[in-house]
Parts: sequence; structure tokens; C-alpha cells
Amino acid sequence: MFGYLVGRLSQAVVVVFVMSVIVFVGVYAIGNPIDVMIDPGATAEIRENLIRQYGLDQPLWRQYFTFVGNVFQGDLGRSMVYNISVTSLVFSRLPATLELVLVSVTIAAVIGIPAGLYAGYRPNSIAAKLIMALSVLGFSVPTFWIGMLLIMAFAVELGWLPSGGRGEVGNFLWFQTSLATTNGWSHVILPAINLSLFKLGLLIRLTRAGMVEAMGAEYVRFARAQGLPDRQIVFSHILRNISIPVVTVFGLELGSTLAFAVVTETVFNWPGIGKLIIDSILQLDRPVMVSYLVMVVILFVIINLTVDLIYARLDPRVRLKGGS
Amino acid sequence: MAMIDHSTEAAPPPETRAMRLRNFWADYRQSWVAVAALIVIAALLLGSFFSPFWVPQNPYDLAGLDWLDAFLPPGTVGSGGYAHLLGTDNAGRDMLSAILYGLRTSFLIGLTAGVLALAIGITVGLTAAYFGGRIEALLMRVVDLQLSMPAILLALVMVAMLGQGIAQIIFALVVAQYAYFARTTHGAASVERRKDYIEAARSTPLPTSRIMFKHLLPNVLPPLIVVATVQVASAISLEATLSFLGVGLPLTEPSLGTLISNGFKYIHAGRYWLSIYPGIFLMITVVAINLVGDQVRKVLDPRNSR
Repeated sequence: MFGYLVGRLSQAVVVVFVMSVIVFVGVYAIGNPIDVMIDPGATAEIRENLIRQYGLDQPLWRQYFTFVGNVFQGDLGRSMVYNISVTSLVFSRLPATLELVLVSVTIAAVIGIPAGLYAGYRPNSIAAKLIMALSVLGFSVPTFWIGMLLIMAFAVELGWLPSGGRGEVGNFLWFQTSLATTNGWSHVILPAINLSLFKLGLLIRLTRAGMVEAMGAEYVRFARAQGLPDRQIVFSHILRNISIPVVTVFGLELGSTLAFAVVTETVFNWPGIGKLIIDSILQLDRPVMVSYLVMVVILFVIINLTVDLIYARLDPRVRLKGGS
Repeated sequence: MAMIDHSTEAAPPPETRAMRLRNFWADYRQSWVAVAALIVIAALLLGSFFSPFWVPQNPYDLAGLDWLDAFLPPGTVGSGGYAHLLGTDNAGRDMLSAILYGLRTSFLIGLTAGVLALAIGITVGLTAAYFGGRIEALLMRVVDLQLSMPAILLALVMVAMLGQGIAQIIFALVVAQYAYFARTTHGAASVERRKDYIEAARSTPLPTSRIMFKHLLPNVLPPLIVVATVQVASAISLEATLSFLGVGLPLTEPSLGTLISNGFKYIHAGRYWLSIYPGIFLMITVVAINLVGDQVRKVLDPRNSR
């Protein structure tokens, strides 16, 4: 197990290193950030000074090592647009994204699991067919388009909910969140529904597949033969058995919520980190781009590593094969 | 004697390609929804690729636009003397013309990216399955890593590095999507690889590439067809998403996503037609392709064969 752990860890470090080089070189290969930052009428001297100040006169490999050295000291650089450190910029935007993800995951779980259970319990009923058609829509229709329809329906036509922004934030424990105010909730609900649709479709399909399989299983037939009511069989026997794969896949998918948050945050003008990365790409704010992308790479490498290690812990064949 | 008679009677006639195609179609048309989806796709493909010949206006020709025609609601007759069935946009473009030109761009990008990703994915998957060992471990590790990240994020990274334009978008989509084909090819090919006919082919002096592409590939194609359909739909929707986020195609060569993004600015002013019609076309296209893919998967699934 120890050998396997070391092998996987060193692989993860290599992946992060390679990806950070690719991202760094790729991002710094496009355009000249100085042109974006200063007034075209500025003198050549100001230009030179600024280039030297940001270390852009150095060769690319030295810039990369300066960047890595700074990262290890907790310094991700300064945003060229906001002129504050990238670390504080990201941390100021993170709560907004986290609360959005939290609400949308809750919506997906609260609606998706019962709907999936029902669709698997009565697979031929009209309601089940409707639920499945809905899950296909959640999968295939682009997120931004659904978000726009939600705005058109509930913000423009009906006028029930605001069309964008985060609204009022209130204090909850030691941090600020819009989940602490009614106004904040009215702002979060539409984007959260939008972000939840993909997960909802996934959850419905997973639960339904598990349910259909379980309905034909021996233990369910046995429970039925014992005369247990269906309600008890579904909720205390089947639900427990199908919850493991459902939770696993769902946990894995949490990382991708971050990716879809980019789209939802742009549609609803939600000031989270997804909006931040799009704005920084459009404004060529390189330190923010590089930091965000490297952080995402690290996040996904950690998710992968955790999954690998858990599987290795549960299944001896994996670590034997991987260790050789 | 009776035994021999019986066996010759029972021997099935060799299955020709035409027969297989006929059987496939007989299974496919069991679902009228899937047949309707196929008709819709054909209509959209023909309508958009021949759009220069039949739509009232060339939306890229800025000289042909009249500012007085801006924001005409659907059905209004403009200065050109014809009715704008789906209205006009902020520059006075006929929306129907712009949508069909945009749909053509979307199809072109989706199909090109799909075919390129298919070719690269097949090569990677076959190489990994055929050679095995370290090559397989390395290639599939990269593929797995890519699959663990959402395609939209990979495409966003590529666009951030490459900049905007049709070629860049296609490249970004290929990078984001080839891994799905590589995974599927590898899965199917590693099973086929161990069968006797490949061993037999390997014992002859045939070149490796010929064994890979002429002997191995045809037997791993069916699952790839399904993945390809779904991936073309997802390429179209990815491209639309990138364009909507403002990092895709510029408004001078609009795809459906660019049109929706442009119209999005005007929804608060009640000018819904600028964004809702391109969106409906996008949705119909993507859903129809997915429905076809779903049915093809059902038909090709060996568990469903009679």
C-alpha cells in the first residue's frame, strides 16, 4: 500500500508540474499584457519601467521559476486589472461560488433522488416517462440557454425574481453570505436552479438505474415474500443499497460543478470565481488566469488521487496491479 | 444422412453489408421519435448549408444592412420589401438569415471537430490497446486525467491560450473531446486484441498499421458511432457556450452562440426574438442529434438483438 501511495503521489506531482508549465507558457505566449494595461500614448520610458517591474524582460523560463517560487510563499501575483493580490481576489469571490454550488447541489439531491426512485419503481408510468424526458433535457440542452429562459420567464415576464447579481449579503457566523438575507435568497434561487439541472439529470438517471436493478434482486423478492410493505422495502432496504454508487458518482461530479458555475455565473452576473476567470480571459489578466487554471488542475488532481486511493483501499487488485 | 440435410438447411446465408444496413434500419424505425429527429436533422443540414441560395439576405454583408430596419418584431415587412419572419436584430439583420448562416457555422465546427477528435481518438486508443505495456499506461493515464476534467473547462483553457476564431475553437474542441473516443476505442480494442484473428494476422508479414486499421478498427466501430453522434451534439453546444461566454466566435462571423449572446443584451428591453429564436434552433439541433444517438445505441446494443 505504501509503495502504491508513493507512486500515485509522485505521478500527481508530475502532472501538476507539466500542466502548470503548459498553462504558464500557453497563457504568456498570447499578446502583450503591457498593451492592455497602459495608455497607448505613454512614453517608451514608462513602458520599459512597467515591463521591468512585472519581470517581463526576463526569459520565459526564469519568469516561470519566479512564479513557482512565489507560489510556494503563498504569493500568486498581482491582478493587472484590479491591482490587488490574486490570493485576496480569489478568496473574496470564493464564498459567492460556494454558496451557489451548495444550494444547487441541495436542490438536485432533494428533487433528483425521489424522482429517480419513483421512475425506477414504476418505470412504465407516464410520470416516470416525463421524469426521464426531463433528465434528458437537463443533459443535452446547453446550460446558458436554460439560464436565459429562466431569466426571461421569472425576471422579465413575471417579474418575480431579480435577473442577476448577488443581492444583499448578511453575516452568518464569521463570513458574509447572501443566504442570510431574504433578498439574497431571491437572487440565488434562479442561478442555483440553473446550475442544478445537469446534476439533477445525472442523479435521476443514477437512482433510477439502481432502483430498476434492485427491484429484480433476490433480497427484494425475499423481502416481498416476507410480506413487507413496499414503502419499507424501498426506503430502508433499496435506498441503503443504491446510495453507495450514487454518492460516489455525485461526489466526483462536484468538481465539475465548478466548471458549469463559469457558465451560470456569467448568465446571472454572479460575482463568483467563474465570472472572474471569464473576465480575466477577456481582459488578458494573466496572473489571474494562470492562478485560476493551476488551482483547478490541482483540485482535479487531488480529486483523482483521492478516488484512486479509496479504490485501492477497497479493492486489493487495484493496488497490486498499480504497484507492479 | 438426415443429420447432414438438417445442418445444410439450418446454415444461415452469409450476411451482406446491404442486409445489415436493412436490418439496422428496420430496428431503427421502431421509434417514430428517432425517425422524426433524423428528418429534422436532415432538414436543418440542407436548409443551413444551402442557406446562401434561399434566405432573403446575406447577414455578413454589412453594406446590405439598413439601420432603419433594426429591432423589427417578427413578421414586419422591412425596407427590403419582404417580411422578416423572425424579426431583425440591432444592426437590422434579418434573424432567419442570420440563424441559418449561424447554424451552418455551428454544424461546420461541430462536424469538423467531431471527425478530427474521432480520428485522433481512434489512433490513440488503438495504439494503446495494440502495443500495451508502457505506451498503453502512459496514453491511457493522460486520457483518464482529461476525462476527469469537464470538457467545458478544457475548452476554456485552450481558448484562453489560443485566442478567438474558427480554427482555434475547433482545436480547443478536439483537445477537449478526443479522450472520449480514445477511451471507447481502447475499451473495445483491448477485448478484440486478444482474439485469434488478430494473433493470426500478426503471424503474417502484414504491416502493423494495416492490422490496426483494417483488421482491428472495423470490429470496434459500432460503439464509436454512438459516441460520435453524442460528441457532435456536445461539440455544437460547447461551441455555442464558448461563444456565449464571449470567448468563442466574433460577431462578424456569428454562430448560434454568438447570436444568442448578442440578443441576450436586449432581453430586458422586451426584444425577445433576438435571442430566443437562435436558442430554439440550437436546442432543436442538439436534442435531435442526441435522440438519434440514443436510438442508434439501442439498436446496436447486442442485448437487444433478436
